Amino acid sequence: MKILVFVNHVPDTETKVKIGSDGKVIDPAGVNYMLNPYDEIGVEEALKTKQQFGGEVVVVSLGGDPNKETLRKALAMGCDKAVLLKDPAIRDSYAVARSLADYAKEYGADVIFCGKQSIDYDDAQVGGLIAEMLGIPSVSVVVKLEIKEGHFIAEREIEGGHEIVHSKLPAVITAQKGLNEPRYPSLKGIMDAKRKPIEEKVPNAVESRVVTEVMRKPPAKAQGKIVGSDASAAAELVRLLHEEAKVI
Amino acid sequence: MKILAFAEQRNGQFKKTAFEIVKAAKTVADQLNGEVIAVVIGKDIASIAGQLGGFGAAKVIAVEDARLELYSTTAYSKVIADVATAQSASILMLPASEMGKDVAPRVAVKLNGGLAAGCTMLTVENGSVKAARPVYAGKGLVDVVVTTSTKIFTLRPNVFTAGNSTDSSAVVETMKIEFSDADFSAAVKEVKAASGKKDVAEADIIVSGGRGLKGPENFAMIEDLAGTLGAAVGASRAAVDAGWRTHDEQVGQTGKTVSPSLYVAVAISGAVQHLAGMSSSKYIVAVNKDKDAPIFSIADYGIVGDAFEVIPAITAEVKKLLGK
Ligand SMILES: Cc1cc2nc3c(=O)[nH]c(=O)nc-3n(C[C@H](O)[C@H](O)[C@H](O)COP(=O)(O)OP(=O)(O)OC[C@H]3O[C@@H](n4cnc5c(N)ncnc54)[C@H](O)[C@@H]3O)c2cc1C
Ligand SMILES: Nc1ncnc2c1ncn2[C@@H]1O[C@H](COP(=O)(O)O)[C@@H](O)[C@H]1O
Repeated sequence: MKILVFVNHVPDTETKVKIGSDGKVIDPAGVNYMLNPYDEIGVEEALKTKQQFGGEVVVVSLGGDPNKETLRKALAMGCDKAVLLKDPAIRDSYAVARSLADYAKEYGADVIFCGKQSIDYDDAQVGGLIAEMLGIPSVSVVVKLEIKEGHFIAEREIEGGHEIVHSKLPAVITAQKGLNEPRYPSLKGIMDAKRKPIEEKVPNAVESRVVTEVMRKPPAKAQGKIVGSDASAAAELVRLLHEEAKVI
Repeated sequence: MKILAFAEQRNGQFKKTAFEIVKAAKTVADQLNGEVIAVVIGKDIASIAGQLGGFGAAKVIAVEDARLELYSTTAYSKVIADVATAQSASILMLPASEMGKDVAPRVAVKLNGGLAAGCTMLTVENGSVKAARPVYAGKGLVDVVVTTSTKIFTLRPNVFTAGNSTDSSAVVETMKIEFSDADFSAAVKEVKAASGKKDVAEADIIVSGGRGLKGPENFAMIEDLAGTLGAAVGASRAAVDAGWRTHDEQVGQTGKTVSPSLYVAVAISGAVQHLAGMSSSKYIVAVNKDKDAPIFSIADYGIVGDAFEVIPAITAEVKKLLGK
């Protein structure tokens, strides 16, 4: 089976956001980047799929040279091959998906794994965009997956329950927490990853369709009110929620 | 100028977001001298379609088919794109719900449009729509414009208010769409409901508990307060990872994003990943024994005290207030 997994390289969530000098994106100085947590789940599912059916797992990231660090992590987990679609320009999800879909088409993937969303812009778009661009089915926010010959059953999380989806391969699956427990790279995996080459390709330039005019800090919240320090404050709290906030 | 609003329904009933989307679309349409056309998809749903008139839809297109009873990403995206084309809609609005987030990218590709996802504010400036959306776990906001002629927006649930229904009515039209088997290449065959409990993603009030509750048995007092308020129970990741609560209740970066009118955080420290999921709540109450816990920095009201004493006292006061 030809298995593709798309991974994004994102700031870790502890990062303090400082807006860059252009006022549109963050200042990357001093920011720690990491493999997007949902994509780590995607990598694990790709590796499990290979264990079941054989074949190879190719991990692909679109971005600048720093994305290689994330590709190495995926190689260390056990992916066979890594590809950097090298474009340091800022792209929106559409422009990212266009180039990833082009790569998937050229490669001829049987199954494509993505994360349910990148934790930087929380777009949750790329998986669905790629699937539609390729004209194949997709299931997003997957917490359980059973692949059989040529078709699969996936369980996706929705408000107040789960949906059981029947579909067929090739398809795009986007991973949600709960699908699996990503493995830690072994020492051998880390050593092997250092020797595995990262292929670089330059994708076509694609214009973004969603353009940021400004990035700003959310309006500061007024200092809250400390109502008290024990159970005797309960009555006052409930009064405030009822009379001032009017939420109960 | 026409705006197509996707009105999500499940089991023949509109989701609250359906009304929010129609109303938000109407607010934008009014500033652009346009009108709102809503689309509703399912089996036997034409009878509920008229309700959308009360929130500002001039016309509702109902697309019915037995095979549309449960969601299908491939079929629903085809319907929405076909309706948008037939109605010459240049703006589409969908909820950033699990259905809306799933279907919108496909619709965007079919209509060759750009998609601004998870918007929390829409404004009209010089005849064009600008959207604001949170990024980096709510630590930043971006103002974005969509440059394609067809513009698609998904709106975060519970942020846009639907208000009360007026007595305006909408013209309801049914539209027949021919499907092939390939249109259902991914289709939901069954929905497993989580035993009738309220979901955090849809609740108007949420009471969440964290690691400070020390064990699963102590969530009884959280459930008690939630039950009294008609609220959903939420949890921090620490409580979920400990196995005390199920993942569908987790609020935050790797859980659900919520915007209730009231969020009560009990014995939750307020790590950035937790705040990422709930900082857009309208009112936040924190109960924590550590006065320096970061949750207090975004709380509107706080009690610095022991949850084991404070929560039962709040429950008792709410019961008194509601005459229960
Ligand atoms: C990639 C990533 C993703 C993450 N995603 C999420 C996510 O989606 N959601 C999430 O919640 N977390 C997430 N986290 C974890 C997050 O960083 C915190 O570890 C977690 O939120 C802590 O949970 P907590 O507040 O319940 O526990 P703690 O941080 O341990 O806080 C417990 C609090 O309880 C208080 N307390 C103790 N006893 C009492 C008492 N008797 N009465 C009152 N207060 C008391 C303490 O003062 C303390 O503030 C993520 C982390 C990472 C790295
Ligand atoms: N630059 C990128 N390179 C590779 N994969 C990406 C990239 N951006 C997004 N993805 C994939 O698409 C998923 C959804 O991303 P998004 O739509 O940006 O939230 C991610 O979890 C990744 O699997």
